[in-house]
Amino acid sequence: MQNDDVIWDVIRHHHCSYMAKIQTGNFCRNPYNVTGICNRSSCPLANSRYATIRDHDGIFYLYMKTIERAHMPNKLWERVKLPKNYMKALEIIDKHLEYWPKLLVRKIKQRLTKMTQYRIRMVKLSKKVREKIMTVPRKEVKRESRREEKALRAAQIENVIEKELLERLNKGVYPDICNYDEEIFNKLLDKNKEEEQEEEEEEEAEVEYVEGDYELEEEEELEEDIEDMGDFLKANNFEDIEGDEDDLEEQPAKKKAYVSYPLKQDDGTEKVRRKGKKVVVEVERDEDMGNRQHNVM
Amino acid sequence: MAKEKKRKAAEEAVDGDDYIEREDKKPKKQKLILASQIKNKEKRSAVYAKLKHEKRVEKRKKIKARDAASKQALELGEEPPEKMVPRTIENTRELDETVCRPDDEELFAGNDADEFSAVLKQQTAPKVLITTCRFNSSRGPAFIKELLSVIPNAQYYKRGTYELKKIVEYAKNKEFTSIIVVHTNRREPDALLLIGLPDGPTAHFRLSNLVLRKDIKNHGNPTSHEPELVLNNFTTRLGHRVGRMIQSLFPQVPNFRGRRVVTFHNQRDFIFFRHHRYVFEVKEKKEGLKDKKSKASQGKTEKKAIARLQECGPRFTLKLVSLQHGTFDTKGGEFEWVHKADMDTSRRRFFI
Repeated sequence: MQNDDVIWDVIRHHHCSYMAKIQTGNFCRNPYNVTGICNRSSCPLANSRYATIRDHDGIFYLYMKTIERAHMPNKLWERVKLPKNYMKALEIIDKHLEYWPKLLVRKIKQRLTKMTQYRIRMVKLSKKVREKIMTVPRKEVKRESRREEKALRAAQIENVIEKELLERLNKGVYPDICNYDEEIFNKLLDKNKEEEQEEEEEEEAEVEYVEGDYELEEEEELEEDIEDMGDFLKANNFEDIEGDEDDLEEQPAKKKAYVSYPLKQDDGTEKVRRKGKKVVVEVERDEDMGNRQHNVM
Repeated sequence: MAKEKKRKAAEEAVDGDDYIEREDKKPKKQKLILASQIKNKEKRSAVYAKLKHEKRVEKRKKIKARDAASKQALELGEEPPEKMVPRTIENTRELDETVCRPDDEELFAGNDADEFSAVLKQQTAPKVLITTCRFNSSRGPAFIKELLSVIPNAQYYKRGTYELKKIVEYAKNKEFTSIIVVHTNRREPDALLLIGLPDGPTAHFRLSNLVLRKDIKNHGNPTSHEPELVLNNFTTRLGHRVGRMIQSLFPQVPNFRGRRVVTFHNQRDFIFFRHHRYVFEVKEKKEGLKDKKSKASQGKTEKKAIARLQECGPRFTLKLVSLQHGTFDTKGGEFEWVHKADMDTSRRRFFI
């Protein structure tokens, strides 16, 4: 026999496994509870006629229990699917719970409202793009930092940069660096060039197939191409630029050795034209260059 | 019974030996006891110490012999014996078939047709948009300020809560050529996302070891001249592509008067970023008291041209995590290269 008061007495004063006591009050963990609070009127166990709304996969169902089925726990709760439309759902609730106590019906409608609201919010959120937080195992983090340190030591960056800059200087990429004593510097450059020209032949073969330090400097290519340009332009009869080419051709051999390697010019014309423009610009900028080179010669 | 049989067999064998007259009777094997099998710790450690000492003595002998030989050769005027090349990780790197070769037609054709060719051929000037992740804090803004000074023609926009794809569209409309997104994690800049525009690849780098300008001793202040670029060691196809991507951030016509150089140095898949101002100087060596004007061109010169660097600007390292074809789209995009834990198994295998 179902005596709600007795049940409630026992549950409340002795033990209910669904009850959760928190600082702010007593809550009910029973999934069929409408409000979630542990109350005489909200307890699904202590009310033989009860109803709730539960959510399954985004669809709301109205669950009802009546005293007639109290002896069949398996078939205790009757379920009605509610449409996604809020107003229609309200109508259906009204229809099913027509003669039920008003308090319960009101609570159910409140619950329906809240659930529809949070369903809308969930859908909106899932559409938004959110950053996914990924974890990296600590072992990997440590390994990476160790390897980085070692790589840093192996890299010897400053030395490499200095070498690179000196190479560029020697190749004549810098037309107008003005922080040196010009005389001495010129002499140095001459010396370097002499030494290098002696070793040209040896270097050529090696340099052509160097792969380790593949460098992608456009600026370098700028100047380098000028030398290559010489042949190309002559081939294509670009008369206006030829004059300037002569100045720069005095060190063709050495530079070619270096140059041919990044840019084999079989797909030439486009590049030729492009470099052509650059060449003009360079020369216009520096009148000194031509003079200086002549002196050396 | 069995024992008797064995004994007989042994005897027979011995007889057999004499009969066959084996010439080289095996000398008694001296059982080599490994040092690690000695159970007594003191004795064991003593044996080890002795071994080590022996090794060291041998090594020193070798070195001395080598030095003596090279000195002798020099004195005699002959060529010194070949210097031994130490084995390094770079020397023993696993052979990678995607290494760019200097005579690769396909490479140049690819270069012409790729997304950066417009910028690299100076048809468009690079314009960079820098932004951050949604929550930016602590070192992020400082780092971004410094980035702004390093990369010419860069602008910073606050992130707000815009989706990255929307930001990409917005940047396209305003004709930017690339976007840099600085991602912060735990109040430190953590990752760099480089998005090329209009439909350039997206490179995701992990940032580490960031040192801001103010934390560098004797740092210099960069000017606003266009910097020179130095890109080192980008050997493979992937590296080449990444290198070109980095190159497309900077203007292609450097202002040499500014003497600014920005370096991206790749070593074992770590890309080290440095920003220096340089100066060329004449350095005199102290040997002999020859005056400046003398020209000794044989052997050692006393005057050398050197370059001196002053570091300015931030210093950090990047590691490529993924390279995605097309603009930012993690779900639908096609990844050209993704770092997987599998790839770290060999210590001699690098991808860039």
